[in-house]
Amino acid sequence: MRRGRAMITVCVALAWWVAPAAAHAQGRGGAAAPPPAARASAPIDLTGYWVAFISEEWRYRMVMPPKGDYRGIPLTPEGTRVANTWDPAAVEPEPCKAYGAPAIMRIPGRVHIVWQDDNTLRLDADAGTQTRVFRFGPAAAPAGPATWQGSSTARWERAGRGAGSLTVVTTNARPGYLRRNGVPYSENATVTEYFDVAPHPAGGQVLIVTTVVEDPRYLQRPYIVSSHFKKEGDGSKWDPSPCTAAW
Amino acid sequence: MGPEPVHGRLVMAGPAKAGRHRFGPAKAGPYVLMAMLIASPAFAQVDLSGSWGATNNEDLAGDSVPVDYTGIPLNAEGRIRALSYNESQYSMIERQCQGLPVFYFVQGPFGLKIWSDTEPVKGTTISYTVGAWENRAPFVIWMDGRPHPSKYAEHTRGGFTTGHWEGNTLVAYTTHMKAGFIRKVGPPISDETTMTTRFYRHGDVLTVLAIVEDPIYLAEPQIMTRSFQLQTADLSPVGPPCVSAYQGRMPGESVPHFIPEQNPFVEEMTTRYGVPRDAALGMPETLYPEYRKKMKPGAARPAVCTINCVAAPPPSNR
Repeated sequence: MRRGRAMITVCVALAWWVAPAAAHAQGRGGAAAPPPAARASAPIDLTGYWVAFISEEWRYRMVMPPKGDYRGIPLTPEGTRVANTWDPAAVEPEPCKAYGAPAIMRIPGRVHIVWQDDNTLRLDADAGTQTRVFRFGPAAAPAGPATWQGSSTARWERAGRGAGSLTVVTTNARPGYLRRNGVPYSENATVTEYFDVAPHPAGGQVLIVTTVVEDPRYLQRPYIVSSHFKKEGDGSKWDPSPCTAAW
Repeated sequence: MGPEPVHGRLVMAGPAKAGRHRFGPAKAGPYVLMAMLIASPAFAQVDLSGSWGATNNEDLAGDSVPVDYTGIPLNAEGRIRALSYNESQYSMIERQCQGLPVFYFVQGPFGLKIWSDTEPVKGTTISYTVGAWENRAPFVIWMDGRPHPSKYAEHTRGGFTTGHWEGNTLVAYTTHMKAGFIRKVGPPISDETTMTTRFYRHGDVLTVLAIVEDPIYLAEPQIMTRSFQLQTADLSPVGPPCVSAYQGRMPGESVPHFIPEQNPFVEEMTTRYGVPRDAALGMPETLYPEYRKKMKPGAARPAVCTINCVAAPPPSNR
């Protein structure tokens, strides 16, 4: 009796250990089981309302930096030349240029993350009323014209049970501003983002977004910044507002 | 904790009991289960060792203007202390080498040299160390389960830190820091400050989250994040020694300071960058997006940058 129970224990342990790998195994003959949907296999929960906590670079994010203030951005000479053409007195014909995928997570505001379907995560930003769509699965060639938020593919990075992060790669974004004062990124920019969560000491959670922008035209090397958000219990402070160049 | 304790128990218990009991597969079941459960976190850990260069794409130092407390949720007492600070204090011999709190490693312009110390027999990690710099003590994270010392124990510039793994994330908790500054320009922290640090590695990018709590001077926890990039050039694990010298003030002279209400630099962030005074003084409400609605549109600011405008500082090579 005791021996039987022990054998069951071993079997359960082996099944627990082997099952996740077996579920993804393919190419050994026979029909492979489809991978679990991204929603069902999410190692972390990113859904909910998150508010930007502006504890870093306040003067670049909450007010308009003066023309020529490019501190920290590794611009190429061409990037500097283009930035220097920015005219703060001119009327910006495209006010959403500062709200594109490479810069949107630095904009003061709130983001709302929901599952659009089992394999698509949607991130709405109230500042600029922007929507980003993160599609899980194999990367597909960008279709259609470039948009402010581009085309994003997503994948989970697992780190044991109940731990991990989200990686998002975005291309096909319309050219815009990395910083409001005319610092440019081009249509060739690639944005790689890592989403992590951590507990907040006062309760709730912190969302950390590490953004890596690569742009062979305007950046000498990757531009890497990390932004953080605090989770809110509901959307009572959600405040959609249009893009504005008057900052 | 990794597989070591269970593995050790198996190795030691097995032969000793073999004479009296048959150690067959059935009896191994619970041990195997325990080994699997305990072993999995060990496999999930990542290597943080190496030289992580500072990209300096973000300005976390915020020390270019004497009264720049933007982004720091100070309470009233912290604000008064900050406004009384005069940077000429650094000309005093006894203060020149006082150093900065350990969390300066996510604020300063320097890269990180990280290494681990290994227990020579079992191979377990005793500690991780983030190397020091001239004005910052080494940040040692004890991984061997030792407890934090008594609250009466000595407080040091580096504090006392223990760590553990949560998945692929190294989580560290620091206590016993000396009172100091949360920013070089004077906003204070008390010796009751604690810090929780998380290290997230994504390929060649390391992002560090530091949450600083101070019941004395902060209205709410301060959150800082900073990213570093793995580099092949070896960074120094130590900085140059701090050597104090006469800089115009003799020991025993009064401590340079301002009457808080008379700090002459209190308007500088406003005139130079158009930052409202409340934000420059670290009012907690200014850290949230809705504060923008309270700001006067088109705040006066210079049309062209006149100071600290450099596009790209060179990556740190220390």
